[in-house]
Amino acid sequence: MRIRIFRYRWLYLLILPGVVYFAVFKYAPMYGVTIAFQDYLPFLGFSDSPWVGLKHFEALFSSPDFPRVLGNTLILAALHVVFVFPAPIIVALLLNELRLSVLKRAIQSSIYIPHFLSWTIVASLTYLLFAMDIGPATQLLNTITGERLDVLSDPDWFRPLIIMQTLWKATGWGTIIYLAALASVDPNLYEAARIDGANRWQQMWHITLPAIRSTVVVMAILTAGNLLDTGFEQIYLMTNALNRSVAEVFDTYVYFMGITQGAYSYSTAVGLFKAVVGIILIFGANWLARRFKQNGLF
Amino acid sequence: MKSTLGSKIFDTINIVGLVGLAAVTVLPFFYVIAGSFASESEITARSFFLWPHQFVTDSYDYIFATNTFLRSLIVTICVTAVGTVIQVALTLTMAYPLSKRYLPGRNIMLNLVIFTMVFSGGMIPTYLIVRELGMLNTYWALILPLAINPFYLIIVKNFFQELPEELQEAGRIDGCSEIGVFWRIVLPLSKPIIATFALFYSVAIWNDFMSPLLYIDDTSKWTLQMFVRQVTVSADMANTMGQLDPNYIPPEQGLKFAVIVVATVPILLFYPFLQKHFAKGILIGSVKG
Repeated sequence: MRIRIFRYRWLYLLILPGVVYFAVFKYAPMYGVTIAFQDYLPFLGFSDSPWVGLKHFEALFSSPDFPRVLGNTLILAALHVVFVFPAPIIVALLLNELRLSVLKRAIQSSIYIPHFLSWTIVASLTYLLFAMDIGPATQLLNTITGERLDVLSDPDWFRPLIIMQTLWKATGWGTIIYLAALASVDPNLYEAARIDGANRWQQMWHITLPAIRSTVVVMAILTAGNLLDTGFEQIYLMTNALNRSVAEVFDTYVYFMGITQGAYSYSTAVGLFKAVVGIILIFGANWLARRFKQNGLF
Repeated sequence: MKSTLGSKIFDTINIVGLVGLAAVTVLPFFYVIAGSFASESEITARSFFLWPHQFVTDSYDYIFATNTFLRSLIVTICVTAVGTVIQVALTLTMAYPLSKRYLPGRNIMLNLVIFTMVFSGGMIPTYLIVRELGMLNTYWALILPLAINPFYLIIVKNFFQELPEELQEAGRIDGCSEIGVFWRIVLPLSKPIIATFALFYSVAIWNDFMSPLLYIDDTSKWTLQMFVRQVTVSADMANTMGQLDPNYIPPEQGLKFAVIVVATVPILLFYPFLQKHFAKGILIGSVKG
């Protein structure tokens, strides 16, 4: 064994910086999660701060913030499942029906662009388009509703705005994976179906949809695992004093309690709670997928 | 193939719908570019424009005259360049040994890497580590905590695994050390994938907002994304820009358009390359996992 390790010493030397990276920036924070069970004091550090058991979890579950933050997170997650998840599937199916390949490529190139922009840019565009009185989107809405709207600070508009942003940024890019699945369908199947007299609707129902089913299942499992990840940057950038009651989710709550208020142990407990629920969700979704005789992820 | 009337109607609606979708996606860009060249009064007076009545460069003149903006632009360019080099180097050097099935300990290391994709310590413990390392308010905090993306690492490892082993064996027989094989044989064969992941990483650092928000308090070290947010979302113009001349009123609305354009243009310039490489990358990633 010793000889083998010596023989590969150069390989180990190459891998060393990467291993140090994972140890310091991934595994040390995992160990740092223990401060959720301590009263962390910066000058005592991770190892010497006093242990307090489940105090911070009890504080979280009895806090009036908890139902609100949990509710906001779950509502956004549900809206995500209903609107954001199916959108790329639908667009991919429609693109797949497009026969003009030049037009298809032009449309694809356009709808991919937002994926490469930062959330700061997306939030900034939203602020310009929906600015009160002078934003073109607000003016359009004002004309339709006959009211003078303040979309950016109205709590009722927060969730629609978040979902619109996500749809705008992610839908086009999301189609890639489904289009790849669709491209692998054997054209002979369509040929055969047409000979049997299937119209386009029937072809889509009986050939196209079954062809992408396994891709949809994999994407659904991945989505389930990230369900509570509402996206810190997006929500943080869209939160303001007036919409905070509906905007605060676990990710931003951890930030405000931890970084701005300095409640390190408490906010670590919040983060840990979220991470554990996330893991349960991903394994649960995988288990469900296997029960329905689909290929799970693992 | 005969197409029925229903089929033709469907095709027409489909084309109109998809073109509409593409238009909704790109129109905001035209609006912002036009707005950045429009005068202050035109922005407030006209509802939607894709072409200003008269082209003015007031907004650009103003932001490029303030050194706070130029500084954030230079900081972002430097952090992106240095960060990308470090990230690509660390990813490649770690992926290569992990691609060798015969390396003792490889599976343990791989599993430890994969575990980080499912579970992480979270924002606060990571922040505390960065703080204890004394990296707060340094540019290292924007680079090192994100140095290796585990997904990219696995994809690069899979790519190395596919490279012909015979070629590397021949190199070893000719007296190359293991590092020589990596440097002279493996890396030259990997140029396309190196380019791909350099693009992946540079876009991620360029766009990163969370790291500077968490780790940089010193406004003189702000990156472009922090700056854009301060000007457009917080509308905190005077503090952010610094007052040039107390008698001069800056084009407040126009500035918002101009900073967005400046922060987006590099991405849009690289977009043709990005699209090609990213699409390939995401597919390699999804097929091989």
